[in-house]
This record gives sequence, C-alpha cells and structure tokens, in this order.
Amino acid sequence: MDGIGKFLEMGGYAAYVWPALGLTVLVLAGLLVASVKSVRRREAELARLEAEAGRGDEG
Amino acid sequence: MSARLHALANPARFGRFARRALPWTAWLAALCIGAGLVWGVFIAPPGAPPPEGQGETVRIIYVHVPSAWMSLFVYACVAAASAGALIWRHPLGHIVARAASPVGACFALLTLATGSLWGAKMWGAWWVWDARLTSVLILFFLYLGHIALTHAFDDPARGARAAAILALVGVVNLPIIKFSVDWWNTLHQPASIIRRDGPAIDAQMLAPLFLMIFGFTFYFFTVLLLRARAELAALRTRALKLRMLAA
Repeated sequence: MDGIGKFLEMGGYAAYVWPALGLTVLVLAGLLVASVKSVRRREAELARLEAEAGRGDEG
Repeated sequence: MSARLHALANPARFGRFARRALPWTAWLAALCIGAGLVWGVFIAPPGAPPPEGQGETVRIIYVHVPSAWMSLFVYACVAAASAGALIWRHPLGHIVARAASPVGACFALLTLATGSLWGAKMWGAWWVWDARLTSVLILFFLYLGHIALTHAFDDPARGARAAAILALVGVVNLPIIKFSVDWWNTLHQPASIIRRDGPAIDAQMLAPLFLMIFGFTFYFFTVLLLRARAELAALRTRALKLRMLAA
C-alpha cells in the first residue's frame, strides 16, 4: 500500500501531474464521444430522409 | 496520388473507405495511448534524467509534447485541405478542414493547459507572455476563428471559403511556433527531440513519448474520419432537403 501511496504522490507533485494527465484523457474521451454521437445522429437523419424521399418518388 | 484523392471525393466511396479504416485507426490509437501511458507514467523511471531537477513533473511531457505536436500537425492538415478546396476545388477539402479544426483546437487547449500545470511548478507561474506560449495561444485563437467562420454565414459555401482563407493566412504562425524558442529568449525550454546532435531526452523516456505521439496521431485520424462522415451526412441531408423543398 505504501508503494502505491508513494507513487500517487508523484514526488510531491501530485497536484500538477495528475490533473495534466486527467484533463488530457477527459478532453480526448469527450471529443471522441461527441464525434461518435454526431455521426450517429446525422447518418440516422440522412437515412430517414432518404427513406422518405424514396417513398415520395414512388408515390 | 491526386487521382486517388479524387476517387475519395465520391461520397459513397469515402464512406466505404472511412468504415474500413476506422477500426484500424481506433485500435492503433487505443493500443499506443494505453501502452504509452502505462509505460510512461507507471514504468519509466521518474524523469530519466531530470534535466533541470524537474522530478516527477517531467511526466507531464507524455501528454504535453504529443498535444503540442498534434496541434501543429492538425493545423497543417486544415491548411492543406483548405488549399485543396480553394485551388483544386477538391470536394473533400472543406469537409476535412471543418472536421479537423475542432480536434486541433482541443489539442492546442491541452497544450496550453498541461504546459500551464508544468510551468506553475517549474517556473512558479501559470502563464508568462513568452514567445512560445503566446504563439501557441494565437494558434488556439486561429482554430476558434476558423470554427466560428465556418458557421458565420447562412450560405455554408461562403463560410467554408472565408474559413479556408483564414486557415491559409494562419500558416505563418506554424514556423513562428516551431522556431520561437530559437528566435527569442524564451522561458520555454528549447527543442529537445528534433536536434542536430540527437534527442536531449533519455532513451527511457523517448520510447513511451513516441508511443504517445503515434497514439495521438491515430486518435486524430479516428476522430477525423468520424467527423468527416458526419459532415458528409449533414451535407447530403441539406441537399436532399433543398431538393424535397423544390419538388
């Protein structure tokens, strides 16, 4: 346990090292999730419209 | 090369290409970043060697330097795509530029934030108006301006054109960032990886650092492909809506 505690302390710089790593992971993960959501939303909207337009052409 | 790029201009073909490439870039990104973080943060000796007695803060390098490199690389991509759109009227140019620039903005922001955390401890200041820091801040604002311009007009084509011109003008900032540490007397440390007499960083840190750089690059291409697909779908949706309105 002592080893982990010492590791987490980062030689007394924990308040600088961990936020830098955490922020990077957070921002990159957030951007990835937002991009996946936007591609799903937009491709679904396009598919819906294409289906609608297809029906319109037939009728 | 140009013929192949033009083949990708076909939206259906680009969609197929994106779908096939995505799993590869995504897995490579996850693998490289995962391995780089574990190696850099948990295994590599703390700051080997700590050049100026930076101790464990040197671990910030594993996110700071890859972010900084990517913020420049993504800008170069935005500028190249904009040139392709303006000069050769490549249909994917504006789409790629639009898709890439928010990613670049995130990298620039991370560069500034992680650098600030590093500087707070090493220089005793969160921010200084140093040439390197200021030119990266300008890069961040260029990204924001680019994003804002693409959305500034009712006619997306006009917005894309204005944004492309801004992107090309902003290219002058790239060499300024790169050479700011040589041209001006900066607080920021000089280049320590790409140097004439080899890297000034211990090999034990160089390996995980390069893993992180590759990982960030694959991450960029993953998100770029996703966002370009979203942009293409939005474009086709818009065209379809206009056609349905006209019918």
